[in-house]
Amino acid sequence: MKQEIIIAGFGGQGVLSMGKILAYSAVMQGQEVTWMPSYGPEMRGGTANVTVIISDRPISSPVIHEYDIAVVLNQQSLDKFEGKIKVGGILLYDPNGITRPSNRKDIRIYAVEAAEKAAEIGNVRVFNMIVLGALLKILPPMLSADSIRNGLRKSLPERVHATIPANEKAIETGMEIVQKQN
Amino acid sequence: MKEEIRLMKGNEVIAHAAVRAGCDGYFGYPITPQTEIMETLMELKPWETTGMVVLQAESEVASINMLYGGAAMGKRVMTSSSSPGISLMSEGISYIAGAELPCVIVDIMRGGPGLGTIQPAQSDYFQIVKGGGHGDYHVIVLAPYSVQEMNDFVEDAFDLAFKYRTPVIILSDGIIGQMMEKVVLKAPTPRLSNAEIERRYGSWASTGSKRNGKSNVITSVNLDSLQQEEFNLHLQRKYRTIEKKEVRYQEFECDDAEYLIVAYGSSARISHKCVELARAAGIKAGLLRPITLYPFPVEPIAELSKRVKGILAVEMSMGQMVEDVRLAAEKQIKIRHYGRCGGMIPSPNEVFDALVSLTKED
Amino acid sequence: MLSNIQNQEQPVYAKARLLTDKVMHYCPGCSHGTLHKLIAEVIDELQLEHKCIGISPVGCGVFAYDYIDIDWIEAAHGRAPAIASALKRLNPDNMVFTYQGDGDLAAIGTGETIHACNRGENITIIFINNGIYGMTGGQMAPTTLIGMKTATTPEGRDPQLHGFPVKIADMLCHLDGVSYVTRQAVHKPAAVRKAKSALKKAFQKSMDGKGTSFVEIVATCNSGWKMSPVAANRWMEEHMLKQYPLGDLKDI
Repeated sequence: MKQEIIIAGFGGQGVLSMGKILAYSAVMQGQEVTWMPSYGPEMRGGTANVTVIISDRPISSPVIHEYDIAVVLNQQSLDKFEGKIKVGGILLYDPNGITRPSNRKDIRIYAVEAAEKAAEIGNVRVFNMIVLGALLKILPPMLSADSIRNGLRKSLPERVHATIPANEKAIETGMEIVQKQN
Repeated sequence: MKEEIRLMKGNEVIAHAAVRAGCDGYFGYPITPQTEIMETLMELKPWETTGMVVLQAESEVASINMLYGGAAMGKRVMTSSSSPGISLMSEGISYIAGAELPCVIVDIMRGGPGLGTIQPAQSDYFQIVKGGGHGDYHVIVLAPYSVQEMNDFVEDAFDLAFKYRTPVIILSDGIIGQMMEKVVLKAPTPRLSNAEIERRYGSWASTGSKRNGKSNVITSVNLDSLQQEEFNLHLQRKYRTIEKKEVRYQEFECDDAEYLIVAYGSSARISHKCVELARAAGIKAGLLRPITLYPFPVEPIAELSKRVKGILAVEMSMGQMVEDVRLAAEKQIKIRHYGRCGGMIPSPNEVFDALVSLTKED
Repeated sequence: MLSNIQNQEQPVYAKARLLTDKVMHYCPGCSHGTLHKLIAEVIDELQLEHKCIGISPVGCGVFAYDYIDIDWIEAAHGRAPAIASALKRLNPDNMVFTYQGDGDLAAIGTGETIHACNRGENITIIFINNGIYGMTGGQMAPTTLIGMKTATTPEGRDPQLHGFPVKIADMLCHLDGVSYVTRQAVHKPAAVRKAKSALKKAFQKSMDGKGTSFVEIVATCNSGWKMSPVAANRWMEEHMLKQYPLGDLKDI
């Protein structure tokens, strides 16, 4: 089983750390993993994306041209990656800020109102955890709940470990509110 | 510290591996995309645990000369930089080679020429493998293709550096440096005591001790041309030994291959995926990945050139390593190059297309 | 009287124990030989023979390692302070000094000099300032005096064309990492004695971890200056010492 995932959005949305938690969870489960960021000027407020590959076998290229799953958090990212989702693959997006949703018929499309929900909770910092929850819900069953909890602990520096319960709650929220669109 | 499994960036791993390899000193200057190496070391604060020195120098020129000094006293010293910084270090690398000193240099390549880009590239193969500095010298060049190899090659590099008293360069790029993978960090090797350094390297190192009344001098100057030639011939004999004993490479699906891809580092990862795509499309493709760029795996490429119909050299440059592939091949076959440059990364399907066009020639 | 001088029990003068028997390649009248002797004596008197590493420069002093019998490292042009920084940090018990000329230290190696001093490395930098590039045949140095004729300033140094003579010791005084800056000469017995005690103080401060010590020796290059040794000494007193006056500049 191998999943090739791209997570893309604005710098500052927590795209890279979401990818890191996902990757660390896979490591906790004994999977092979690559986490490959776009970096450079893009890091400063522009678009940021990270490719995460999870596999039970050694991974050849960390650089890929098509994806099983694309998680997009702004319109630019949707425009850029919509066409690179494999037939039968998955698109997950937050409708906030999306003016032109995908009309691809050969993929499964899910939406998560993460920005809205984070504002409602009153903690915008858990936005990316809500998205992660949604992703974990629709991801084929590769990662156990324990692995995800361990991945969260491993990837967050100890000084912010106090935020772990809020993050775990947000992941659960994301799992609950994700909705299939087609 | 003990053996542990972590998820880490290639650059971070270099720092951890250095501390665990018993490194005595790191001297460096910030430059993207490798600065995490020094940043990680400053966070690890090894001076409080192993006693390792970490110093941010005023320039790459100073860094490499700090290495020259540390190596001259028999210490395990390293630096890291990226392409423009390595250009500045070239003088020092030549001196270190000329004084036959051991040290480890990590080069996380970015696109050039000039200030170029901070994105990944492999356009410094000529600079690193063919020289860079002045004079008839070589350095051993290791090309890791995973985060685990970024870890493993640090200690290997120190061992080779001291075995042959030569600089060893770990040549990687922003892809391997910036990406995270699972890595097993080994249990640490302690730093050598001064007494142990004296015992092992006292015959040449300028430690200041002037053991048994015999003073040591580290120098690369010799105004007598005959003696300088003799020294150069001595270096050449050492290089022949290295070429005979230290070649490393890895083959994937080469046994029945009709087409061979040769690629190193991150290009080898991308090319490995291309081999998977080719095999799925019914093309018998294989990959040979040089792990040492100097010494280059001449013989295995010569052997494979007798069996395959064509070779595709894949690099993130406009064609540098391909020259060594052409020199290695023994049979007149098609040898083509595919590359992107300036920080553009070829995708596996681009490489696949290039491979398909090779199969369709004649 | 004569028998007293020749009395092996009470010598009034002896070759420094750590000087080798190798014939020096320096020109007759050159200041390097005297300075080498002083360094050899200071190392011996402070009992640093088995702790000391010298860094020789690119310049006439390149072969200093042939003359003082301790461990040495020969540096690339201007890089000695970077090398010395690493040595002292990797083994703080060592006594580490650099030996550099004005082209090496004040032109190509300015960056390494300033930053080693600014970090307060516990090393001694010995700076031989003769206002000219000796080894390459008498070209202008950053320290060349205004009006001074050299191979690259045949009409004399013109500040409009070549800038001004740099007072590097004065500059270094401003750096907090620097503990001791002094300017000495070795052209007369009294000056030699002062220079030796300055070197001794600098080495002692390095071993005591006080920060960087900088000992400038204003020197002659009679070959480069195209003068007899005696005339060179006189010219140095009349001209060089006006621009580079002797004495301690900083001592904390």
